Amino acid sequence: MSDSDLPAGVERREIAGETRLATRGPPVYGEPTADGWRAWDPRRSKLGGMFELGFVTGLTGGETVLYLGAASGTTVSHVADFAGPTYAVEFAPRPARDLLDAARPRDRLFPLLKDARKPESYAHVVEVDVDAIVQDVATRGQATVAARNARFLADDGRLLLAVKARSEDATADPSDVFDAALDELRETYEILETRRLDRYHEDHLGVVATPQ
Amino acid sequence: MTDTDAEAGWFAGRAAVAAARDRIANGEADQPRDWPALAVASGFADSTDDYYDRLHEETLGATRETVRERERADDQQLIHVVRAMDDCERTANELAERAAEWAGSLFDDPEPGIEGARAVADREPDGELERRAVSLAGRVTGLAAERDALAETIDRIAPAVAPNLAEMAGAELAARLIALAGGLESLAKKPSGTVQVLGAEDALFAHLSGRAPSPKHGIIYTHDYVRNTRPEDRGSAARALAGKLTLAARVDYYSGERRATLHEEIRERMATIRARAEAESDGGAEGGA
Repeated sequence: MSDSDLPAGVERREIAGETRLATRGPPVYGEPTADGWRAWDPRRSKLGGMFELGFVTGLTGGETVLYLGAASGTTVSHVADFAGPTYAVEFAPRPARDLLDAARPRDRLFPLLKDARKPESYAHVVEVDVDAIVQDVATRGQATVAARNARFLADDGRLLLAVKARSEDATADPSDVFDAALDELRETYEILETRRLDRYHEDHLGVVATPQ
Repeated sequence: MTDTDAEAGWFAGRAAVAAARDRIANGEADQPRDWPALAVASGFADSTDDYYDRLHEETLGATRETVRERERADDQQLIHVVRAMDDCERTANELAERAAEWAGSLFDDPEPGIEGARAVADREPDGELERRAVSLAGRVTGLAAERDALAETIDRIAPAVAPNLAEMAGAELAARLIALAGGLESLAKKPSGTVQVLGAEDALFAHLSGRAPSPKHGIIYTHDYVRNTRPEDRGSAARALAGKLTLAARVDYYSGERRATLHEEIRERMATIRARAEAESDGGAEGGA
């Protein structure tokens, strides 16, 4: 991909003898670093995988972001490095403890222990018209989660979604699961791009969408 | 923008630190708004930057406190919650029957059940007898609401108490298995054959005294993997699921870390078991292998 598609603040850097996707910020999970830049492993991050595969994410750097499914903060720490105010929603207490460590040195990363299926439980904290929603939740009903959270997204904003087939139905063919999820998404969003993330994440579909 | 807009935000009333954190953790709003601008307009923050600085501090604090509280919740607390939930549900249903029978003698066409009690509770009573009947219906809806609140608490604390078990079984079934075993430790120490029939003690003892076939499953019947597998494969499904649930409980008790391979393995095993039904409906070429 051409690096012009990468947001400002995300670069390809020489780290430990390899050219790696990287952002600048305090290290979080023992990732390799060089000159203050932290390698962003596309195998550990769906969004990192989408950048590596050349998705047109519409991100240019400095955006306000709502991140759903922040887990231990691996990916959201990279997002906060290049984006503006970043709201990180995570449901499980154990990973949220690690998320706190990632958020402490990042003064525009806001950790929230909330259920992404219940946006009204954080709509009094997360602002309206965010520029991007990044979603990586491993629960059933991933398209429903995206639809319910559309209330936060600006009209020209972007939804960057990784659909995990096995969270919806472990026994069904992933293509069928993806088709069903996309059909449901189309009720709320216009789909701009979809591609399988298999090179980095098995049975995952990357989706870029914008509100209808 | 008016003050009433700002009232809905977490920072309403320029709250003290403790109150602001409580609102972040437990507050609600139907719709998001431009909170940074509202906070500046209402005088809570001097500038957008100031607002974000305080939001960072308060979300860190609120989330740290909630995480600590959730992680403090242990298996014994979970058992109390699941038993209280069952008691509330049973009592609500029992009282709903009584309330419906009584209401039927006072009002036209009351509906049965919790929904019926809700309709009766909304009535304007006339006279002492109606007042008591309507009040009783109100207690029923209160108990039903308490049951729902307890169920939400289980959803929240079960993943903290037993992350792998809760992920594999779902929060409610995980809580029930722990309650039936008497704790996470004793669940972790049970053989998987026992976990498979937890909750089916009557059937198990009928079998042991020679009066019945061995039960295929206990409470784990409520899991989608068992219930939505065709009857002839349910024994296999229950055995496979019980095996992995036992391992999940052991990982949760002895290590507490999430183990992804465990969840992959049960998915693959279930796919294999369910593929039997498809193979047979495709002409039975593979037989019962």
